[in-house]
Amino acid sequence: MEKEIQIKRKRRLTKDQWTAIAFLIPSFLLILVFVYGFIGWTGYVSLSNWNTLVPDFSFAGLKNYIFLFHDFRFQADLRNTLFFTVLFIGLVIILGMGIAILIDQKLKGESIFRNIFLFPMALSFIVTGVVWQWLLNPSTGFNHFLSKVGIEPKWYTDTNVLAGFEWGNIEFGLPVAIIAVVIAAVWQMTGFSLAMYLAGLRGIPEELREAARMDGASEFQVYRKVVLPMLLPITVSVIIIMAHISLKIFDLIYAMTGSGANFVTDVPGVYMFETTFRGNYYANGAAIAIIMLLLVAIFIVPYLWNSRKGDQ
Amino acid sequence: MKKAYGFILFLALALVLAACSSDSSGKSDGDSESKSGDSDSAGGKVEIFSWWTGAGEEDGLLALIDLFKEKHPDIEIENAAVAGGAGTNAKAVLATRMQGDDPPSTFQVHGGAELNEGWVAAGKMEPLDDFYEENELMDKFPEELIDLVSKDGKIYSVPVNIHRGNVLFYNMKVFEENGIEVPTTFDEFLAAADKLQAAGITPLALGDKEGWPATQVFENILLGVLGPDDYKKLFAGEIGFDDKRVKEAVDKFDKILDYANEDHASRNWQDSAQLVANGEAAMINMGDWAKGYFNNDLDLETNKDFGYFAFPETDGDFMVITDTFGLPKGVENPDDVKEFLKVLGSVEGQDAFNPLKGSIPARVDADKSKYDEYGKDAMEDFNNSRLVPSLAHGSAASEGFLTKVNQAVNIFVTQRDADNFTQALQNAASEL
Repeated sequence: MEKEIQIKRKRRLTKDQWTAIAFLIPSFLLILVFVYGFIGWTGYVSLSNWNTLVPDFSFAGLKNYIFLFHDFRFQADLRNTLFFTVLFIGLVIILGMGIAILIDQKLKGESIFRNIFLFPMALSFIVTGVVWQWLLNPSTGFNHFLSKVGIEPKWYTDTNVLAGFEWGNIEFGLPVAIIAVVIAAVWQMTGFSLAMYLAGLRGIPEELREAARMDGASEFQVYRKVVLPMLLPITVSVIIIMAHISLKIFDLIYAMTGSGANFVTDVPGVYMFETTFRGNYYANGAAIAIIMLLLVAIFIVPYLWNSRKGDQ
Repeated sequence: MKKAYGFILFLALALVLAACSSDSSGKSDGDSESKSGDSDSAGGKVEIFSWWTGAGEEDGLLALIDLFKEKHPDIEIENAAVAGGAGTNAKAVLATRMQGDDPPSTFQVHGGAELNEGWVAAGKMEPLDDFYEENELMDKFPEELIDLVSKDGKIYSVPVNIHRGNVLFYNMKVFEENGIEVPTTFDEFLAAADKLQAAGITPLALGDKEGWPATQVFENILLGVLGPDDYKKLFAGEIGFDDKRVKEAVDKFDKILDYANEDHASRNWQDSAQLVANGEAAMINMGDWAKGYFNNDLDLETNKDFGYFAFPETDGDFMVITDTFGLPKGVENPDDVKEFLKVLGSVEGQDAFNPLKGSIPARVDADKSKYDEYGKDAMEDFNNSRLVPSLAHGSAASEGFLTKVNQAVNIFVTQRDADNFTQALQNAASEL
């Protein structure tokens, strides 16, 4: 009898569930049209010849994509994005985790520290960009102090590429200028990963650490063998969130450095905006958008896949 | 446990979304602005679309609107200016509206390719030949200027102001202290630059964070090397970019770049003009809107603190940047719009707008006494010079070509690979 009722419940939706669906449908439809519909439209445009003010939807095949992958600027963009993403995510994780562990040592005034580190996140990337543009400008900001000790880095105006070698049309390596942008981005986003790691640390039961200590583990071993593995899900979340920020970054670059000499700080987002709305290369711009979507998908899809399996 | 992580991630995503919303809301601002404009034009208003939101230019526009209201109290007017990005934001909004067949009543557009190869070629503009004849405007503008707003023998817009692009502004004190005369030839320019550099002064201030100021230097060198006729032919596709004089211009460009400040990529044009203002640099090539910046923002006096002269070997030529307004197709009240264009094209209108904006009138018969020392000089030159369209400001060639040239210049400024640069110019020429 009891079992039968359960089965019935599964089949027929309750009133609450119907209400929920009714509330979901409008936003579902809007997202279907205005997000997925327009992604599809962008994909369609990226396969067209629409590269002037006058729309031209004749089929161009992969012409726009082929052009981009032979283009100096786009190759430079991909290089910059790669190094920006790696450095940015790496530093945000290391600094975020490190500071979180320090704060977690039952410090006095813990909340003050936490808020200080969290605060830059409240700013928009535009504000961060404008501020750091002046701090890291070679003729103002930090260089006023650094020149006293005899070093004058050129920051984001440096056009050198570290460990560079010819690859395609570009010199492949770490563009020095991108480091300046990484500093600004890390400054802004570290507080975020700090908050996540702090929450993660609080979620680890004290008994586990106690048990490890009882077994004679040193404090270092406690962190390496117990705490870090327990923080892995947090790290995955941080990577995914930071990756989708860094792969799509536009505002910080646009406010802080622009494309940079020789495109050392250019990113696909800036290229997309300029080529579409200044040069009227709509199809090229759409192709860049699709490539950016695919790049983000590389990170997001496995995660979604994984969490779906987890739910089941 | 799992749930807790899920919740944290959800919270995190929500925060990120909130952070991202700053730019999406910026975009919807633009949309709502255009939306409100849309409903207004249906009500018979004249909606004036521009990117004049800066200090002097907004005052000029408002003075123009006031003048129009005085003459036509019955016609409502709407100032639909879009700020930001030196017109880039406005142009993006405009493109969206034009493609959606929801044009503003009239809009700011640079004379030349931006108008002709853009909106006229797209079939979105009404010809204004009858309007010019009715208002006897044909002989009120220089012929070469009317050419700039015409395509295939038809006129498409009314110019309101003129800026000059081939001007070098210089710090008079620096020139005096180093015993430097105003250079008129390229060689004299290089000699002066050497002397300044030896004295520890940056000869040429450059701020190409936004790209176009470097292109502007290059176009002036091209003009000097080719002369006005062949300069025009170059962008008409009648002379190829493989011409050896283009190569010569590239070499000169290469030489001049050696005299620019090292941190040029971190500065916009105002930041680089400040170098000249405080004497760290001696000269800057900038359109004459820099005069307004020197006068109003930096409190410098014309011909006392800073002077000006034509870019070497372009004396007698006038690199024209002109803002014009046309009549898009599909506007509901074209007669009202024409009334506005009439005020815009009148001596009264141009003399109300230009002194405030710091530009000179496009008409040849405006009242000189209303303009400052520089303005009078520039008006004199405007009437007696050959007029050529600026590349860097979208008049000489299509925006598509310009975007490619800006990219090529950006690469050249760093790499200094002349062959690579001329090759890029030739490839881009297919967009002409």
